Amino acid sequence: MTATEERPDTSTPERPPRSVPQPHFTDAEAGAKDFPDSGASARRFNYYDPAKRKQTHYEDVTVEVQPDPRHYLSQGWIYGFADGQTGYPLTWTKLKAWGVDDPEPVRGVGTGGGGRGLNWPAHGWHEFRDPNEEWEQTIYRNNANVVRQLNQNIENARNAKSFEQWTRNWIRFVERSVGAWMHVEHILGLYVFAANERSCPTNMHNTVLAVNSAHKIRFAQDLALYNLTLSEEIEDFDGSAHVDAWNNDTEWQGVREITEALTAVQDDWGEAMFVTNVIFEPLIGELFRSGLVMHAAPGNGDFVTPTVMGAGEHDYAQRDLRWTKACFGPLVHDREFADHNRQLMDGWLSAWVPRVLTAARTMQPLWSQPDHRPPRFEDSLDHAKNRFAGILDDLGLETPKELAQ
Amino acid sequence: MSRQSLAKAHQKIQELAWEPQYHEPYMKYGTDYTFRKAQKKDPLKQILRSYFPMEEEKDNRVYGAEDGAIRGNMFRQVQERWLEWQKLFLSIIPLPEISAARSMPMLFHAVPNPELHNGQAIQMIDEVRHSTIQQNLKRLYMQNYIDPAGFNNSLRNFHNDYAGTIGRQFAEGFITGDAITAASIYLTIVAETAFTNTLFVAMPAEAAANGDYLLPTVFHSVQSDESRHISNGYATLLMALSDEGNRQLLERDLRYAWWNNHAVVDAAIGVFIEYGTKDRRKDRESYAEMWRRWIYDDYYRSYLVPLEKYGLTVPHDLIEEAWNRIWNKGYVHEVAQFFATGWLANYWRIDGMTDEDFEWFEYKYPGWYDKYGKWWENYSRLATPNGHKPIVGEDVDYVYPQRCWTCMVPCLIREDIVTAEVDGHHRTYCSETCRWTDVEAFRPVYQGRETPNMGRLVGHREWETLYHGWTWDEVVSDMGYVRDDGKTMTAQPHLNLDPSKMWTLDHLKRLPPLQSPNVLFNEMTDEQRAAYIADYRRQGPAGRPAPASA
Repeated sequence: MTATEERPDTSTPERPPRSVPQPHFTDAEAGAKDFPDSGASARRFNYYDPAKRKQTHYEDVTVEVQPDPRHYLSQGWIYGFADGQTGYPLTWTKLKAWGVDDPEPVRGVGTGGGGRGLNWPAHGWHEFRDPNEEWEQTIYRNNANVVRQLNQNIENARNAKSFEQWTRNWIRFVERSVGAWMHVEHILGLYVFAANERSCPTNMHNTVLAVNSAHKIRFAQDLALYNLTLSEEIEDFDGSAHVDAWNNDTEWQGVREITEALTAVQDDWGEAMFVTNVIFEPLIGELFRSGLVMHAAPGNGDFVTPTVMGAGEHDYAQRDLRWTKACFGPLVHDREFADHNRQLMDGWLSAWVPRVLTAARTMQPLWSQPDHRPPRFEDSLDHAKNRFAGILDDLGLETPKELAQ
Repeated sequence: MSRQSLAKAHQKIQELAWEPQYHEPYMKYGTDYTFRKAQKKDPLKQILRSYFPMEEEKDNRVYGAEDGAIRGNMFRQVQERWLEWQKLFLSIIPLPEISAARSMPMLFHAVPNPELHNGQAIQMIDEVRHSTIQQNLKRLYMQNYIDPAGFNNSLRNFHNDYAGTIGRQFAEGFITGDAITAASIYLTIVAETAFTNTLFVAMPAEAAANGDYLLPTVFHSVQSDESRHISNGYATLLMALSDEGNRQLLERDLRYAWWNNHAVVDAAIGVFIEYGTKDRRKDRESYAEMWRRWIYDDYYRSYLVPLEKYGLTVPHDLIEEAWNRIWNKGYVHEVAQFFATGWLANYWRIDGMTDEDFEWFEYKYPGWYDKYGKWWENYSRLATPNGHKPIVGEDVDYVYPQRCWTCMVPCLIREDIVTAEVDGHHRTYCSETCRWTDVEAFRPVYQGRETPNMGRLVGHREWETLYHGWTWDEVVSDMGYVRDDGKTMTAQPHLNLDPSKMWTLDHLKRLPPLQSPNVLFNEMTDEQRAAYIADYRRQGPAGRPAPASA
């Protein structure tokens, strides 16, 4: 044998085996075995009835997530406020849905859970479904689409140097009054919609309030960041003028007063929502956004601002108003409390419409500020009134006489 | 995305801050805290222009993974032992999430910091996301896992079963009572900052080890939002600390929130991780080891202790006692045993422990077998119906426990039970801290100080009370935990889906009627109660009867 020369060990030192969980074949997929509840009919949530024939994805992820002692909540609420109120009190609005005055099932020693044999829904609030079917996927898809589109619009305008086409007066108008509107949206988003989100009775209600709030807060920020872009793009654009307008301009004090009043509605989420989305939005919101800004902008060389305003307008007209009608319309025709609710809403209309109209009229001088005028204020207001009357008609409510003032 | 910097954009949206000029907003939710010297800083700097696309991208990843899991037949590798416990977890968790959404407006009312309100509003939307993304995951399990029973009626079950109410504290506690106690200290400072680590990080890791990579996909996506929520809580806490008058309330609330979170979350998640897994590698972390890392080191030592210099009184004693309960007093094991004892009152199937499990438990928790091994052997022996009763009705050296009136987990560490008579009703508590919570903390006066906004503990807090005197087949039928043949139970004490091995309502007729420990306790004379408690304290571990007196 010939001795072989030892060769240097060039191999990599062997690593100790890694400790990792091992996959196992379990065959735990649907249909692998036959047993009670293995069939397709057991693969749906069976604790609620859908509003229509088929359970929707939206219903599956929202309905019954929040319990109700009038249904399966056998041990009742386990935390209370200092005054004894618990859960999601139905008295946090003066509106009533059928069944709310019926007593809750009494539970105690040996009563059982009390969920069997109860009619469901136990009261009319549970019948509400958001026609927009908002849940997390829709919230992010819609709002991400909006901000992407707005960013592209603004970026495109910036690249095209389109802001150079703006007239002096239009620049002043945008920096002060378009800017002032961001405060309206911000206050409504945080201190009306979000602030009332705890107070409403079902998961479907608090979800639409959260979504409506998100629309408003996003719109306010859209306007603020648009304002920031304009500060960067237009040499003498005063990015802080909107604060001065909001604090001091006579034209804005009526709107500010009524906006703040909406945050001060006393312990009634229903009134706050109704007044904001049924009265304030068409008579002031759309009046300003569509009736003034979006109409006036093109003639003043501005094709961008209407797209920013239009995004917020679309949120209201196509989404927020839809849930509002689906929420309040059935209460007007409620099988037990229609008269009560109608009187209540009529009262709100009588109380708020004159205030809102007065606030709307304080904005009238704004219609004269752009060089290229929008439609006359009275024409815009008439349009807003017609729109408002149409909403009331859809809800089954009479137009209040105060609208004629 | 816009080219504007985040800092610049965030600075700009501060111009939206509102100082009321004509009307003050209606303040519905009260607090006994004051914020007279509060600093006003928003730690989040989150703007919706970047938030919505970011969340949409996160969503796309989650839903892409869900599609992939179905196409890739993930459920062929999922451990049934694991997924059965998800029937409990996923019936509970969407409610705490949506309750967290509801809690944010309470902070608008209580915390005078417009900068923070922006972050709180975004958290509100996050929580809607979490609730519905989790409910959607449950829907996916229901549609694709072998046994949909328990998923398909989960929101009826959660509202009426003997464990759901324990979990519901993790929801109602966020939205009821003093706004800061509920929405800030209980929710963000303790639940989100400390315990989402085990809920949303440790537990999903265990899911992956059991063939389920969707739970980590969804919950890690959720957890990536939690870091922002933790910042919300931290900012509020610093504001509260700057007002010395709040320190007594902070001390109270931190003690309550810490102990209640420990009692509830460690009970549930500890059981899921230790008894719901098939991964028995000796080098995988036990729940106790995870707790030491995530809660003790990351939360207690790194987050809470540094706050002492700002005047926060940290409940060191309760943190050490929580660890003592987990490590020395077998808290998680006792809870698992209780769940398995009452398997028939549940809506999921509980797998027995095998020799491999025993070996792992003994390795991780030396002495485990002597305490719990025999009982689990009995559990497996009694798993399929064969002329005997369910284990709760058999003599296996287990005394059915009293419930804790406060945390509603039973008084499983027998020597620690305490009692109190409140409004003529005799209550039992798992620990002195739970007695203090009910009798002293949740009261309109605390240590001589008026606390008019503090909440109350209410409701039928012992589940067994409702069914006192009922036969078990009627109980299960009343709760609706029956499969579509009208007799086979949803719950089973094993994983065998052969119908001949499954328990039916008929089998339950062998059991005597259910007796509420609390009702019986209240029917005793004072002398009997004293003797009963003296005996109770000598019971255990593993629920064993007290040894005969020498």
